[in-house]
Amino acid sequence: MKQIFALLSGLIFGLGLIISGMANPAKVLNFLDVFGAWDPSLAFVMGGAIAVTAPGFALLFRKRKTPYFDKTFRVPTRNDLEPNLLAGAAIFGIGWGLGGFCPGPALTSVPMAAAGTLIFVPFMLAGMWAARHTPDMTSTSSPREGTAQ
Amino acid sequence: METEFTPWLSLGGGMMIGASAVLLMATNGRIAGISGLTSRLLSRGTDGEARGVSALFVLGLLLAAPIWLLVSGGWPQQWMPPSPVVMAVAGLLVGFGAIYGNGCTSGHGVCGISRRSTRSVVATLTFMATAFATVFVMRHLIGA
Repeated sequence: MKQIFALLSGLIFGLGLIISGMANPAKVLNFLDVFGAWDPSLAFVMGGAIAVTAPGFALLFRKRKTPYFDKTFRVPTRNDLEPNLLAGAAIFGIGWGLGGFCPGPALTSVPMAAAGTLIFVPFMLAGMWAARHTPDMTSTSSPREGTAQ
Repeated sequence: METEFTPWLSLGGGMMIGASAVLLMATNGRIAGISGLTSRLLSRGTDGEARGVSALFVLGLLLAAPIWLLVSGGWPQQWMPPSPVVMAVAGLLVGFGAIYGNGCTSGHGVCGISRRSTRSVVATLTFMATAFATVFVMRHLIGA
């Protein structure tokens, strides 16, 4: 059952990205271009998503101790602002501003097979692999398993 | 390329993304963070159950555009920077940064902010700032 809902969640997420226009990198880049042909749509996407997720999560965590088809809620518990977080986010933002793609829209776009997508996605996966094998700046332990959002 | 401001479609699509995040947490107890789910498929250390959930979520993402094509009769509109070098560098930075910073637009920007995680708020403000700066440099200073 949980597998069906995992598939369904991915599908709803992908359709949400397409309907919201976020599968089009031009719309993302135009949101980021306040001094050009500004398109504020992305703010409405994030606003709409948070408007559902914030009360949804709050209600869920209040009503239930465990998920419906699993044993535990896997929610990150860290609250320290370490250099990796800031460096990673800064690097991510530069890439996002260059291509107009973040991981969700890029993967959703794969079946459409645009040349740029077919270049972006393998390099994105390589970057993810590299980051998994790069030690933290703050600790001596290298594994980054289970820490990603 | 100019794009049309689509407040209602974007709000509606965003609410679907939020519904997906709540559904995945309610049924599987996992954060709908695309970079986290995807990178778990690339890692040998992932246990079989987590790998299965991640694989099915990603499969769902991949099915969205073909289903859209069947229903609407056309692919969604797309334009992206034409330079292969730009797209390659962009992909590398997005992939590396998302994992190194423990999250991307979905994990930090949607799920993290919704949980009022300080780390996610700071990460989102940081990647927004560098993304705005990058587009400013590319479009208005370099003029690409």
